Amino acid sequence: MKQFRSFIRKEFRHIFRDRRTVLILLGIPIIQIILFGFALSTDLNNDRVAVLDPSQDELTHRITNEINSSQYFKVVRNISNADQADAAFKKNEIDMALIFPPRFAAKLPNDSSTHMQLLLDGSDPNMARMGYNYASSIITSSQKQQPAKAVQSVIPNIQLLYNPQMKSSYNFVPGVMGMILMLLCAMMTSISIVREKENGTMEVLLVSPMRPIFIILAKMVPYMVLSLANLLTILLLSVYLLHVPIAGNLGLLFGVSFLFIMVTLFIGLLISNVANTQVLAMMMSGLMLMMPTVFLSGMVFPVESMPKVLQWLSCAMPARWYIQAMRKVMIEGVGLQYVFKEILVLTGMLAILLTASLKTFKNRLA
Amino acid sequence: MIKYLIEKEFKQMFRSKFMPRMIVMYPILIMIFMPFAANSDISNLNLCVIDNDHSVYSERLVNRIEASTYFKLTSTKGTYYEGLKEVESDRADILLVIPPHLERYLSLNEPAHVWIAANSVNAVKGSLGISYLSSIVSNQNKSSIPIDVTYLYNKHQDYKLFMVPGLVAMILIALCGFLPALNIVKEKEVGTMDQINVTPVNKFTFIIAKLIPYWVIGFVVLTICFIMAWAIYGFVPVGNLGVIYLGASIFVLAVSGLGLIISNNSDNMQQAMFVMWFCMIVFMMMSGLLTPIQSMPQWAQDINVLNPLKYFIQIARMVFLRGSSVTDIAEQLIALSIFAIGFNTWAVLSYRKSN
Repeated sequence: MKQFRSFIRKEFRHIFRDRRTVLILLGIPIIQIILFGFALSTDLNNDRVAVLDPSQDELTHRITNEINSSQYFKVVRNISNADQADAAFKKNEIDMALIFPPRFAAKLPNDSSTHMQLLLDGSDPNMARMGYNYASSIITSSQKQQPAKAVQSVIPNIQLLYNPQMKSSYNFVPGVMGMILMLLCAMMTSISIVREKENGTMEVLLVSPMRPIFIILAKMVPYMVLSLANLLTILLLSVYLLHVPIAGNLGLLFGVSFLFIMVTLFIGLLISNVANTQVLAMMMSGLMLMMPTVFLSGMVFPVESMPKVLQWLSCAMPARWYIQAMRKVMIEGVGLQYVFKEILVLTGMLAILLTASLKTFKNRLA
Repeated sequence: MIKYLIEKEFKQMFRSKFMPRMIVMYPILIMIFMPFAANSDISNLNLCVIDNDHSVYSERLVNRIEASTYFKLTSTKGTYYEGLKEVESDRADILLVIPPHLERYLSLNEPAHVWIAANSVNAVKGSLGISYLSSIVSNQNKSSIPIDVTYLYNKHQDYKLFMVPGLVAMILIALCGFLPALNIVKEKEVGTMDQINVTPVNKFTFIIAKLIPYWVIGFVVLTICFIMAWAIYGFVPVGNLGVIYLGASIFVLAVSGLGLIISNNSDNMQQAMFVMWFCMIVFMMMSGLLTPIQSMPQWAQDINVLNPLKYFIQIARMVFLRGSSVTDIAEQLIALSIFAIGFNTWAVLSYRKSN
């Protein structure tokens, strides 16, 4: 036990010797939380609008003003013909163009063919559709003063579950947690083991009286401690800085996180068993593991909108199950029975990784 | 002199079997899978209906919703509480509660309400789902001012078309930024750096010789990406392909320069990789790849002036989707040139032949 402890102490020294890496490891979650919380927004704000208004009457002015005063749009320029709109789109200066026909207010009640035109930059389909929805409801409501025909219609009452202020951080915080833990545990463990192989110090460790498997376990402990520290930072920042409440059980949250940390540590061990050089280990964990995790785990893009094949593929990503479980426990605040499936899958993955990494683990260097 | 140095770089690169394979396979794999995965298109939301009215009108309403491409009716429940359970267990994304006597209220011309509740943990999904559903329910399309809407540049509203140019930029920064970041520091670790340092090679030649191979790789990768985009998705750029290549050539110089600066200033490969990774994550998140830039607050947009990835993603999307010409993207090209010159000067200056 004493030997084991000194091995752990050695690992901590290795990690803390490299100040810059430690700083980055502890800094990434903070920067990400700040960016996701304050800088990035998936909602539409300040969409840049150009207006072509040859009629200049009371109605077109009212519509333009109401568009401009909403938080979604900002009228950045007035144009005099449709070609200018096209040029501005190509220069990426506007996102939407509002085009009124001449003598709009005068013609509207009599001529049924009179209509206004809305040009949207459809490059990003979601933003374009959101822009259309907001703009059309503003335009419709600017008409309210005129007596509306009594139309038989249903009024929808709307309730936003779990995220009433529509903050995107509710969606991102569990994603950031999954990504950081993956990075820290899988990437760092694999690189640090391979580095010892490359430098030749692994040989020295293996001839020590410690059993090889304990040497590896001692390597994992510091990363586990670091990732728990990171987890705590993320949770504190998200609660006190972003005001994302933790709706569920804290014990369950940490339990599932711990399970995921174990899974990622063994992924790291598996990579280090396969890779012989640091560059290879980095490429495997950095490009082959991180990129698919970012894209396929539902961190940024919803899993449900992927084609079936990719949905199956994403089932193989441990981060997918972890993020899903975290969203449920943290944001929705549901109990154990609702995350039972996720826990079961993660445990199964842990069992497979454990056997695979122990099977491939070599006591001797070739 | 420089010819031999470049030859050395290429030999080193192709000595490992893994590297050339990765340079070819990585863009291919990303282009096959990621546009499908990077899909924020909101369709097929799972809908749970709680119909307490059981009238002809409510049935017709549900049929109308089912007919739209956005919703998939997955269950019908008796009470709101049961519906909420469906949401909690992830079987439903959005609930529609139809109260009793809806049809009677409507026929009496009294206000008739329905309740919509959406899981909005994902804010985009929640808000788009609600706006689609409420516009179907209230039949809002009959606006008193007729609006004629045109979606420009992406006629089929294909999210993949939006993502492909952005992903090309990501692949370029991943390969042409990471590999140089590891390059010099690897020579330091292995000890071959000392050998270079005792030769009469000057700093400038050395850095140029390190840059040129990544520049070539950049062009190879870019070409693979465009061939894949055309072969798999049938996407061809609206604008001139040469303009994208022009932008990419400057962009690759800039990020490779950044990689070399990091490599010069790092003690070991692990450190170099994490610093580069950190830069890449911040660049990526702020670049507009995933979230619109104009939605960011002003301070974030001001900081974003320093983000080379932002300019290239703009160039790629503007030329690929909108057919912008060189004069349209002049601003971005100038910004990238400043980065390329600045980073590479810094790389030359930060390389020291003696301690």
